[in-house]
Amino acid sequence: MASRSRRPAHPPEAAAENLSVSRRAFLKTVGIGSVATAVVTPAVAQAQGAVKVVGPGEVPISLTINGKRYDLKVDPRVTLLDALRNRLDLTGVKRVCDRGSCGACTVIVEGRAVYSCSMLAIEAQGKPIRTVEGFSTGAALHPVQQAFCDRDALMCGFCTPGFVTATVALLEQHPSPTPEQARALLDGNICRCGTYVRVLEAAMNAKGVRRA
Amino acid sequence: MKAFAYVNAANEKEALAALGAERGKFLPLAGGMDLLALMKDYILQPDRLVNVKNLDATIAATPDGGFRIGAAVKVIDLAEHAGVSKAYPALVQAASEVGTPQIRNAGTLGGNINQRPRCWYFRNEEFDCLKKGGSRCFAVDGENQYHAIFGTGPCHIVHPSSLAVPILAYGGRFRIAGPSGERDVSAADFFVMPDKNLYGENVLAPNELVTHVILPAPRNARSATYEVRFKQSHDWPLAIVSAVLSMEGGAVRSATIVMGAVAPVPWRAAAAEAILAGGPVTEETATRAADAAVKDAKPMSENAYKVQVARTAVKRAILKAAGIAVA
Repeated sequence: MASRSRRPAHPPEAAAENLSVSRRAFLKTVGIGSVATAVVTPAVAQAQGAVKVVGPGEVPISLTINGKRYDLKVDPRVTLLDALRNRLDLTGVKRVCDRGSCGACTVIVEGRAVYSCSMLAIEAQGKPIRTVEGFSTGAALHPVQQAFCDRDALMCGFCTPGFVTATVALLEQHPSPTPEQARALLDGNICRCGTYVRVLEAAMNAKGVRRA
Repeated sequence: MKAFAYVNAANEKEALAALGAERGKFLPLAGGMDLLALMKDYILQPDRLVNVKNLDATIAATPDGGFRIGAAVKVIDLAEHAGVSKAYPALVQAASEVGTPQIRNAGTLGGNINQRPRCWYFRNEEFDCLKKGGSRCFAVDGENQYHAIFGTGPCHIVHPSSLAVPILAYGGRFRIAGPSGERDVSAADFFVMPDKNLYGENVLAPNELVTHVILPAPRNARSATYEVRFKQSHDWPLAIVSAVLSMEGGAVRSATIVMGAVAPVPWRAAAAEAILAGGPVTEETATRAADAAVKDAKPMSENAYKVQVARTAVKRAILKAAGIAVA
């Protein structure tokens, strides 16, 4: 039983990770718009009968995030989470378990809370995506963000963006949830510090979230 | 994960054209909840993913009073569907407990049925187990507290799908589409033991897709699912039981009892069904049925406790189906 025996001899993932770091630094200096224009090349599509196959190399995609369109190129294997964080510098989503278990990467896609680690960026095209970056209006916090502050609903804070996002999705569905509804609909997020009581208080006390 | 090519299939025809006959090379991508995690851990390394989320995602009543449910239906839409809830409460009870809200929002019915086992030896890339083409099942001499209490191996997984349990209990069928047309397979025949298919958990060929679940009319059945988990939050069950009782007056005409998370397939408890048939449901008959359901269990070195868990789940599912209060 050789160590890592199941992996390809030369995992191409490492190269992609390095690439994404440099791209992220690049984005910070020149801005996303100009990069998007610079990197778009013809699709890596091949005709195979009626089947349109793209990849495995980079494929141009466009995502609609917080009402804004982003054009970028990603391998089909890049998750929405990694595209948000590493390519678009939307680092509110957190990469913690990366296996659909912890909720730190929660985003709202088509009105529903989902794990961005468990969705490919390429399959999120054409769907409205909302992240924690899009909730506040100017300097005014979203009612859920304000409630988290008022109730001191965070300790280390690393799970907080995911919890805020899951809570926004909850309240847009049930503006006045019962404690049972709040518990059930925040079930997909984990706080290692254990501040669940305050998170539930915040969810129950956030005022003025409109039904989506 | 390993790089792969991607096909966004617009419909069933495109999806089938994009799949291939070699196992593990071209895989369908539904909600991705299970598949992407397996790929991140290099358990699966496909060369191509075929997105099948654009296939039929409707829930439709059939002329005979049953339902035909597209495999691409999200678990949340199944759990919240009024018609399904009324006709098949055991299915909706199971669907409401799948994963977490985020998983139910993205995961699909077809994906839940076709998800791969949770066995930690299967999911750990360091263990070259039977299911991955290796020479032994590590659970036999290893940490087997969540493994099967029924079946004779050679692989001792428990089937991971909670929705498969009520679907089998209701006598459901799967519509399977493949390159040479479609076929209709009963849930009883769809799931197969490891001695029949070690590298998969069902009869699906690599170039086939489950496109629909077809449920017969419930008629005057009373049904329920009772699930026991290690924790209340996100987890797979230790035991999950669906009981479907066809009633005639106050008596059970026939019963179907299916146990999940106890065997490599959803496990029908015929002995329990025979005890219930012909009489009213009481705590006494439910207890006797539960005893019979686990009578032939063969626990492994660390999972004898699951026999009692399964026994209790059978008893409570029967009582819940009959409308008798349970803990």
